[in-house]
Amino acid sequence: MIDFLPTAIPALLNGTGVTLQYTLLALLMGAIIGLPLALVRVYGRQRLGRIADVYGNFFRGTPLMIQLFMVYYGLPQLGVTFPQSIAALLTLGLNSSAYQAEYFRGALQSIGSGQMTAARAIGMSQWKAIRYIILPQALRLVLPTWSNEAVSMIKYTAVIFLIAVPDLMGQAKIIASRFFAPIETYLLVAGFYLILVFVATQLLRAVERKYQLPGLV
Amino acid sequence: MVPLDKIIFLFEYLLQGLGVTIGATLIALALGFALGTSTAVIRVYGNRFASTLAAAYSTIVRAVPVVVIIFILFLVIARFIDLSPFLSGALELGFARGAYQSEIFRGALLSVPPGQMKAARAIGLSRLKAIRFIIMPQALRLAIPAWSNEATLVLKDSTLVYVIGVPEILRQAQYVSARTLQPFLAYGAAAAIYLVITFLVTRVLHMVERRNRLML
Amino acid sequence: MRDLPIVRIENVHKSFGSVEVLKGISFAVQPQEVVVLIGPSGTGKSTLLQCINLLTRPTQGKIWLEDQEITAPGADVDKVRQRIGMVFQEFNLFNHLTALGNVMVGLTKVQSLKPAEARKKALWELERVGLSAHADKYPAQLSGGQKQRVGIARALGMDPHVMLFDEPTSALDPELTGEVLAVMQKLAREGMTMIVVSHEMGFAREVANRIIFMEDGDIVEQGPPQQLFTQPQQERTRRFLRRLTDFASSE
Repeated sequence: MIDFLPTAIPALLNGTGVTLQYTLLALLMGAIIGLPLALVRVYGRQRLGRIADVYGNFFRGTPLMIQLFMVYYGLPQLGVTFPQSIAALLTLGLNSSAYQAEYFRGALQSIGSGQMTAARAIGMSQWKAIRYIILPQALRLVLPTWSNEAVSMIKYTAVIFLIAVPDLMGQAKIIASRFFAPIETYLLVAGFYLILVFVATQLLRAVERKYQLPGLV
Repeated sequence: MVPLDKIIFLFEYLLQGLGVTIGATLIALALGFALGTSTAVIRVYGNRFASTLAAAYSTIVRAVPVVVIIFILFLVIARFIDLSPFLSGALELGFARGAYQSEIFRGALLSVPPGQMKAARAIGLSRLKAIRFIIMPQALRLAIPAWSNEATLVLKDSTLVYVIGVPEILRQAQYVSARTLQPFLAYGAAAAIYLVITFLVTRVLHMVERRNRLML
Repeated sequence: MRDLPIVRIENVHKSFGSVEVLKGISFAVQPQEVVVLIGPSGTGKSTLLQCINLLTRPTQGKIWLEDQEITAPGADVDKVRQRIGMVFQEFNLFNHLTALGNVMVGLTKVQSLKPAEARKKALWELERVGLSAHADKYPAQLSGGQKQRVGIARALGMDPHVMLFDEPTSALDPELTGEVLAVMQKLAREGMTMIVVSHEMGFAREVANRIIFMEDGDIVEQGPPQQLFTQPQQERTRRFLRRLTDFASSE
């Protein structure tokens, strides 16, 4: 029992590294898909918007775990097989993109129509107006909500251990069974998540402060 | 196409799972509500010590993934009481999500205009009675939109009790998938059931919200 | 003086659904002319202005900007708008940019000027409206009158051939309208062609070359301010002007 901590901590740290990787990549994927999706919803044709709706409803209306099982266990039946890492990343990323699309959409829509009108009035094309006038404001507006999603992503990754990804939870499972000390292990894990979440929250708050502008609430 | 008897088998099992899911969700929501409202009241109106404890509950529990909370509590509870995984899981889910409800109700309590408490005390109500009869009813109405959202989140998070072996929808889907060798169908059907349920729940809660909207 | 009008509007109709807001408007604005549109609220004056720079598309009719028919199907609308400046009732300043940034953004992103050149020009325009000291302030830090003057500078920065003012002082507190009207008067004196929708009769009387009175989507009467205000030809014009003075005298 004496070598519990010396063994557990490095292993859990290892797992933490993996957790962070998935967190960041999934967030990135979510933004890369989510922002264009939101732009289409707000500025694009109605028909495209309806497809985006279906996509959003599926990923936001079903649990992440079911999506994960569908991707990893279900898709092979249709001939599409992914290794654990890709399945996990894909599920987390697509799931996040649906939520991020909603947050971006909200921010875009809350910007008064006068901004677009004024931008068009000085001769900007719709695309230039979106790029130089709307987006800079929308991205600042969405920052608090987005930060929330970013920090939450750390917690969402906690289910990917179910398809054998060696993240923090995955390592915990191994350690817990090896030392027959599940409660201690998971309490440690809880501690790790606490620290991760705290650090992430502080970091993002600093970013928010940096990009704050007077009058841009 | 898939043979009819397989489909019937599928739905039989999944609907059983649905029952478990809904049951666990309701228990969790109830516990979460109780914890959420009481800790919120303590945080807003309580003394410094109790308030800090309540805040700690909310902050710490929300920083940890729900599945970890479920694991820890399940193992701890199992040492002392013999509860079914279903009940244990439902209570753990409630404890975990209660921390989020605490935030919701705290926000709602703070949005009730301060004049309300002043007026309540002015007509002679004690602090506790003022909270109970004047502040809380308003806070609850203000909280409905956020709470509706939370309800759907609890519904979706209820699959997490899968990890402690509870036969909710996902666990059932897995069983069906193994027996029918149709994993996409099994998990897809589970997803479809969730879509229908979340849609219905959202609709119902919207109606409730509209009827009880509090205009400030 | 050239004989080509800067703006020519021919039989412009605009309907929103089943409601016809503009019922066949035709007029022309000569270079350096200052035209003020007056009339009861909701009679299509703002809509007409928004048709001129095609922010709203007429349901029928043609509009010319100098020698180009801008309502023609192939017209490059974004380019057309660079020659028309618009000032809005609600200012519509870009909130994430400073006053200087607001004037510069069109120069750098639409006209592709180099940042240094754009900055010079933008400062010059801000100087023109009397706000060079506030160049680095954000819109939220400016008063209403200052915001509107930045709006004017932003429009001027594009070197427009005509300036459209859509009720520029209606959203301002009374003590702030003066600074904006002063800038507008200065522009008029400098020879800018202006089409203004406004309720500011004093300004109209002093600065306008021509007043156009619109009601219910039609031009009822137009003429020089001395004539229209003192000897209106149409009964409807008389009624409108009477309502204005009645209100003023009942205070």
